[in-house]
Amino acid sequence: MRLFFGSCFTLLLAAIIGLGATWLTLTRGVAFGSLTIGAWTAWPKTGSVDIDPYARASIARTGELPIGTGDGVAFYAHTDDTGNVLDGRCTFAIAGMTPPARYWTLTLYDPQGRLVANVIRRHGFTSAEILREQSGRFVINVGPRARPGNWLPSGGVEQFVLVWRLYDTPIGVATRTTKEGPMPAIERKGC
Amino acid sequence: MVRLALWIFGAVLLGGVVHLSTVLAMPQTATQDAYSRLARLAPINVLTPLAAPTAADAIMPFMDPAFAVAVCRYDLSVATLKFIAPVSQAYTSVTFYTRNSVAYYAINDRAAGRRAIELDLMTPEQHTQMPEEEGVTAADRLIIDSPTATGLIVLRALAPEPSLMATARGTLAGAQCRAVPQQQ
Repeated sequence: MRLFFGSCFTLLLAAIIGLGATWLTLTRGVAFGSLTIGAWTAWPKTGSVDIDPYARASIARTGELPIGTGDGVAFYAHTDDTGNVLDGRCTFAIAGMTPPARYWTLTLYDPQGRLVANVIRRHGFTSAEILREQSGRFVINVGPRARPGNWLPSGGVEQFVLVWRLYDTPIGVATRTTKEGPMPAIERKGC
Repeated sequence: MVRLALWIFGAVLLGGVVHLSTVLAMPQTATQDAYSRLARLAPINVLTPLAAPTAADAIMPFMDPAFAVAVCRYDLSVATLKFIAPVSQAYTSVTFYTRNSVAYYAINDRAAGRRAIELDLMTPEQHTQMPEEEGVTAADRLIIDSPTATGLIVLRALAPEPSLMATARGTLAGAQCRAVPQQQ
């Protein structure tokens, strides 16, 4: 009798531990070989055959197609440089330099990867359409209310994700230091 | 007490096994992966342009709205595949995915180095069966080996500004993906 209850208890606990760990790792997006520059994180190996089992399971669950290594690399930001969550009701400024790339795009999504509805139907910028200062520097303002210059509307959502995609770039699996790839800083300006 | 600790230890070990096996089984059991989503829209071995993602509706999560996208869902079990895409003025890329969304090959317009991206896709078996002399005469032919018999070819053309989206879509319209029946 004791053996029976013990086995049931063990099996139940094992199921909870195993499935719980799977759920946690897949929803939190655990993957190996990440490249973090400031607030931005990329997983260059996810776009190649060297993709790890966690990333493989994760993309199978979400249904997305990762950007191929010969195509480019995608950097994701969930917080600003100081760790504040990207809140659509606050204003953020993205400024600085980008790593070398033929083109880049910046896109704003909700945490599930959907575009965020807004009045001007702008969901991002490409490197070709951004307004720059004379020095070549640029500032992108992300916030719920219209701003002069490069305004990326956040639609007032509770939380958003920024994805910076570099196309035809030397940044990738071999990149180690932030010196090779300076990424723009994200700073919260107010709420 | 020792008995309880042993039971818990066993549960943790077993839990690890459950965790690893579910992670490894996920790609085979997922019903909402990219291939399954596209199976509803894209016929086999035909290049199908995809609707641009909007806030209300998107075929896949995290699609780049600056790109015009077309997909060729391929099945090499009956024939090899020929893929031709003209390059757009801005940026064009072709990415090959296995049935389980693993990107095994990607090439962009600059790497292709010509006015059009031209590729042959086949399984490793079909590649070895290819007649010898054909490989010699067409030395500059780019042949890609697909690790799986089915998969996805995704053609992406960048619209650097929203007004250029029509041009990017035009690039997709000029591309083709067709099955080449094997001569035997």
